[in-house]
Amino acid sequence: MEKGKDTILEKGKKRAAVENAAQVIFASCAAFSVFIVAAVTLYMIVSGTPAIFRVGLKEILFGTVWAPASARPRYGIFSILLTSLAGTSLAVLIGVPVGVLTAVFLAEVADAWLASLVRPAVELLAGIPSVIYGLLGVRLLNPLLYKLELRLFAGSATHQFTGGSNLLAASLVLAVMILPTVVSVSETALRAVPPGVRAASLALGASRMQTVFRSVLPAARPGIVTAVVLGVGRALGEAMAVTLVSGNSVHLPLPFSSVRFLTAAIVSEMGYSEGLHRQMLFTVGLVLFVFIMAINFVLHKMMKEGIRADE
Amino acid sequence: MFLLGAVSAGGDGFAEDRGGASPWEGEAEREEESFRAGTIRMEGSTSMGRLAGALGEGFMEKYPGVTVTVEFTGTGAGIGAVISGDTDIGNSSRALTDREKEGGAVENVVALDGILLCVDSSNTVRNLTVRQLADIYAGRLTNWSQAGGRDCPVVTVGREAGSGTRSDFEAFLGLRESCDYANEMDSSGAVLAKVAATPGAIGYVSLETKGEGVIVLSLEDVEPTAENIRDGTYPLSRTLIMVTRGEISDQNTLIRTWFDYVLGREGQEIVSKVGLVRVD
Repeated sequence: MEKGKDTILEKGKKRAAVENAAQVIFASCAAFSVFIVAAVTLYMIVSGTPAIFRVGLKEILFGTVWAPASARPRYGIFSILLTSLAGTSLAVLIGVPVGVLTAVFLAEVADAWLASLVRPAVELLAGIPSVIYGLLGVRLLNPLLYKLELRLFAGSATHQFTGGSNLLAASLVLAVMILPTVVSVSETALRAVPPGVRAASLALGASRMQTVFRSVLPAARPGIVTAVVLGVGRALGEAMAVTLVSGNSVHLPLPFSSVRFLTAAIVSEMGYSEGLHRQMLFTVGLVLFVFIMAINFVLHKMMKEGIRADE
Repeated sequence: MFLLGAVSAGGDGFAEDRGGASPWEGEAEREEESFRAGTIRMEGSTSMGRLAGALGEGFMEKYPGVTVTVEFTGTGAGIGAVISGDTDIGNSSRALTDREKEGGAVENVVALDGILLCVDSSNTVRNLTVRQLADIYAGRLTNWSQAGGRDCPVVTVGREAGSGTRSDFEAFLGLRESCDYANEMDSSGAVLAKVAATPGAIGYVSLETKGEGVIVLSLEDVEPTAENIRDGTYPLSRTLIMVTRGEISDQNTLIRTWFDYVLGREGQEIVSKVGLVRVD
């Protein structure tokens, strides 16, 4: 056979060629992601900055009036910015404890057969399209919250009734949407904790729950912080579901007020906008982009410090 | 840029398609050659998109060989393109300004559109005055009992900034960009869905949606029927215009044939089929 006649030297050459080819393929795949990030960053800056120069950064970030189609247009996104912050925080506040405790249940408490029932259910949540969450929110959550709103604000002369489309509805939907991410990443982190940690804790006489909360969870902290980062990213970037349930009218983020998120601000007015209004929507996109980058950066830093503290 | 359909069949069967009853039968013999392969360019309003597209398709079916293109660039841009000669017809959902008329643009009303006011099916109110409507959207009338209904808060639903329906509605009430909405939806369909699902809600939608699943209100005791919109008694209406440079009679045969078609029986039937009010 041909192959059998190859000398050791030739075999080595062939192998080197394969190695090189593989390296080039891997490198170009990696370069592709970097290229996309660079291209998106450049595009957002190029298309988002013109409106900043025409309107002024201070007016945009701290103006409270968003009236882009009026005779004297105003482009203040302060309320929208606050809404994204408050809505995401509220979603994380609700979603993360539930998610982490579910992860504890799956990794530490549940019998194997029970966990094998719960885990796929949680993972399926991640596969449900966001528009379905939005529709469920419109059908179930909004009417429910409207009943609550009618009771809470009965006789109020100043409250604007929204039919249950409010910040609370959006945050609840977002909380459910970040659950699968938080659960699966946290569970992986809990399972990665060396068995020695549990054994040592139990051997010292701690109960099972003491072991979970005092030893295992602290040891898994970096992984749980990652789960939170991913959850925040998902909540901040979600547009479809929040547009459907939040009312989408620009107000300060109070629980029962109709509010507009940054993402929704871009999506809902893109259709018919023109001129400076359209440029402004790209600026809102740039703000959202910077926002997500900054939050990722801060949380990653926190995560690294967490690891260092553990060491 | 959106191109709507491009049919380029030969002249076979062209004469039969025309039918014998056409009023310009005599002239057609001579002119047939000139628009066997012609193109009509339209540009303008997005909200007239469905109408323009449907008329274009109908026209191309009747006159194979003619291509009708529609671009959605907005009313202002469409009229500008007509005046500069870059396009044949400008679609406009508003009346022309004096300046545009001076530039040689001429209005040709091809259809009428109305804005429907709708409330959810549990509401007992069937009529509002313009004053009440303005008070509702300005946030001064906040309970249906103030408008003769039962005790239930008003939930205002509207469209997003930039929507033509919204700017027409607000201009009519004298509340340009000062309406206080509790819900801003990005389509008429979404407004309908929200109103239908929310007790006490009120919203406005374009005529095309027919107000399905909700109660359509009268305004100043006038129902938004086709007749009332045509004779102008229902106040929340607007004209849809196809703008030409100079009168229709000054246009070439192809464009004149187009307007014969659009303003004739077939064209006007398409107008009612897309949910608008015919002008004939």
